[in-house]
Amino acid sequence: MLATLFKFRGGIKPDAHKDESTRTPIAAAPLPARLVVPLRQNAGSAPLALVGPGQKVLKGERIGAPEGNFSAAVHAPTSGTVLAVEPRMLPHPSALSAPCVVIESDGEERWIERTPVDYAAESPDALRDRLRDAGIVGLGGATFPSHIKLQPGAAGRIGTLVINGAECEPWITCDDMLMRERAAGIVRGIGILRHIVSAERVLVGIEDNKPQAIAALRAAAAQAHGIEVVPVPTRYPAGGEKQLIRVLTGIEIPYGRLGTEFGVQCFNVGTAYATHRAIELGEPLVSRIVTLAGNVARPGNWEVPIGTPIDALLELAAPQAGTDRYIMGGPMMGFTLPRTDLPVTKAANCILAASPALFPPQGPEMPCIRCGACTHACPAELQPHELYWFARAKNFGKAQEYHIFDCIECGCCAYVCPSNIRLVDYYRFAKTSMRALEREKAAADAARERFEFRNVRSEREAKEKAERLAAKTAAARQAMAGGGQPAGTTPSVPAAPTTTAEAAAPLPQLDEAKRALIAAAIERARAQKEAVQPKNIDNLAPEKRAEIREIEARRAQVRELAKTPPEEPV
Amino acid sequence: MLSALLVMAGIAVVLGAMLGFASVRFKVKGDPLVDKIDAILPQTQCGQCGFPGCRPYAQAIAKGEAEINQCPPGGEEGIRKLADLLGKEFKPLSVEHGVEKPKQIAFIDEALCIGCTLCTQACPVDAIVGAAKQMHTIVAPLCTGCELCVSPCPVDCIAMVPVPETVETWKWKYPVVQIKVAGHA
Repeated sequence: MLATLFKFRGGIKPDAHKDESTRTPIAAAPLPARLVVPLRQNAGSAPLALVGPGQKVLKGERIGAPEGNFSAAVHAPTSGTVLAVEPRMLPHPSALSAPCVVIESDGEERWIERTPVDYAAESPDALRDRLRDAGIVGLGGATFPSHIKLQPGAAGRIGTLVINGAECEPWITCDDMLMRERAAGIVRGIGILRHIVSAERVLVGIEDNKPQAIAALRAAAAQAHGIEVVPVPTRYPAGGEKQLIRVLTGIEIPYGRLGTEFGVQCFNVGTAYATHRAIELGEPLVSRIVTLAGNVARPGNWEVPIGTPIDALLELAAPQAGTDRYIMGGPMMGFTLPRTDLPVTKAANCILAASPALFPPQGPEMPCIRCGACTHACPAELQPHELYWFARAKNFGKAQEYHIFDCIECGCCAYVCPSNIRLVDYYRFAKTSMRALEREKAAADAARERFEFRNVRSEREAKEKAERLAAKTAAARQAMAGGGQPAGTTPSVPAAPTTTAEAAAPLPQLDEAKRALIAAAIERARAQKEAVQPKNIDNLAPEKRAEIREIEARRAQVRELAKTPPEEPV
Repeated sequence: MLSALLVMAGIAVVLGAMLGFASVRFKVKGDPLVDKIDAILPQTQCGQCGFPGCRPYAQAIAKGEAEINQCPPGGEEGIRKLADLLGKEFKPLSVEHGVEKPKQIAFIDEALCIGCTLCTQACPVDAIVGAAKQMHTIVAPLCTGCELCVSPCPVDCIAMVPVPETVETWKWKYPVVQIKVAGHA
């Protein structure tokens, strides 16, 4: 158990506030009458709805199929009837809507047939598919599909598995309680993850302010071989993926690279537990542990079915007077919920009731004095004040040069800023704007390519048509000329009239041929017209037929008139 | 004296040959300025600038035959970028060429479509699928919103609809900078 610990730079030590919500064990939240399950609950592409209104579903039945590989399935959190599949507002800072499945529960909690699997007998590929179909995503908050992270990188094998139990963000205790109460399940889940990537070493990083969780996990891991539980110093953001990997292994993952390229991959303890349930119990991810804390009378952790309205949860915690807003996630990285009738998703680790007493309003934003406090605090080793200037000036090229996409939005810089600048808001603005510009650029490039291809194609088509026509004319002319005219002498395209006498000589002959061609074409068209017999007149009334006959007679008369050329133009 | 002249002449010949070789070997094909301008233009291919596509407009700008403020889809930002690139003064968008609109895409009312293929022929970026006397439809991700398909439609079944913001395309707003009100200090 003698692990050498490394350090990450920067970080802060805010008040942890972990005691309030860890006094009571995890309790099951009551089943609400109606659940709203968003289809998009994973990073990547949104799953496709598999159910329609009126359909009966069982608990754990798939209601959303993964769309492509970078996606994960969604399941019914309880048995009941699908009321609608419609856009509903998501718990997202944008307050935008996206397709959700609304389920009215029947209160029976009837499961689908669960098929537990012995993971040791399964191939890694089959297990990865099972995880995707069980809707397992990263439960630390990023909801990245786990089966993608379990694919071996370009460098080959993942030798070290890092299990993230750091839970560094203040107020949140869902991982802490999970480790205390369900350590055995977590260790079994770690075993499955480890089997899939065949990692030799497993390091479980837990912040040293959670002694009970460390003890519980150590006891559970004692039987398993090669799982080390390592207490890491309590410092926010020790639970950041890159930070924890660095602390435990000393590997610093560079800009734009992935952990798998260095033979290391990181999973949250909640994800490990969900993996255990999915594989060894056959239960897809339909619930998660949510911390209710902040300005509430009964803080604690609840096992909540996905899709439960946040309103219903808040009743359990009894928010106290003075609560002015609710935060999803922690105080550092969370966002203020636009409303409270939104559903709990796989990403919802904590609902925090905020009051001015607990979270005093920040003072007005003052000018940056370039004190450099943010640079000292930044765990990603960026220069936040420079990024701030570039983001504020919308100088996105320069912001990218200073690696804005390495920013993990942990909020350390804004926490230490003496000028109260909401630095992370600027970075989020810059990042999303840059992504939008990139999308636009890619779309413009694709449009240019298609436009150019279309131009080339229409040119080619015009040329081919002209050639075909020329060949046809030549053939027809040859046929008209008969044996008298040798094939080679007939030009395929009528020559432009020239003034010289020699060139003018064959012209009348050509004109004659052309005239004959035209006459033949007119004759063909006329014959075709006459050959057309009126259709669908069998069932008509006699007077209608008489009318048609009359019209036909008039037409025939006109045709006769047209055959004899008029004496003088009218 | 003679040797000095010969040496100088020799050097001149060698350098001349090198320059001549370089001018052939490293000849720049096409006009790189046109590519740079074309990269800024939005590639809507709508022809509102008066040229048959973005590239012809880029060529006209490069030759100095067109103003930089004739592209409504590119908007004010596009004009600013062109002004920066060409070292010209910024000008507001020319009204006779159109007005800046939020991004839209075409939508075919499939119940009304008679399958005349006129819109398919008008679409500059092959974003419409359909065949003669068959229903047509817009491939939404490929549509640039040029509106060229709208007027050829004989049954007026094509409408331009604004592209809604989704969770994936949503952007954080520019943080509001608080201005200290005088008297509060």
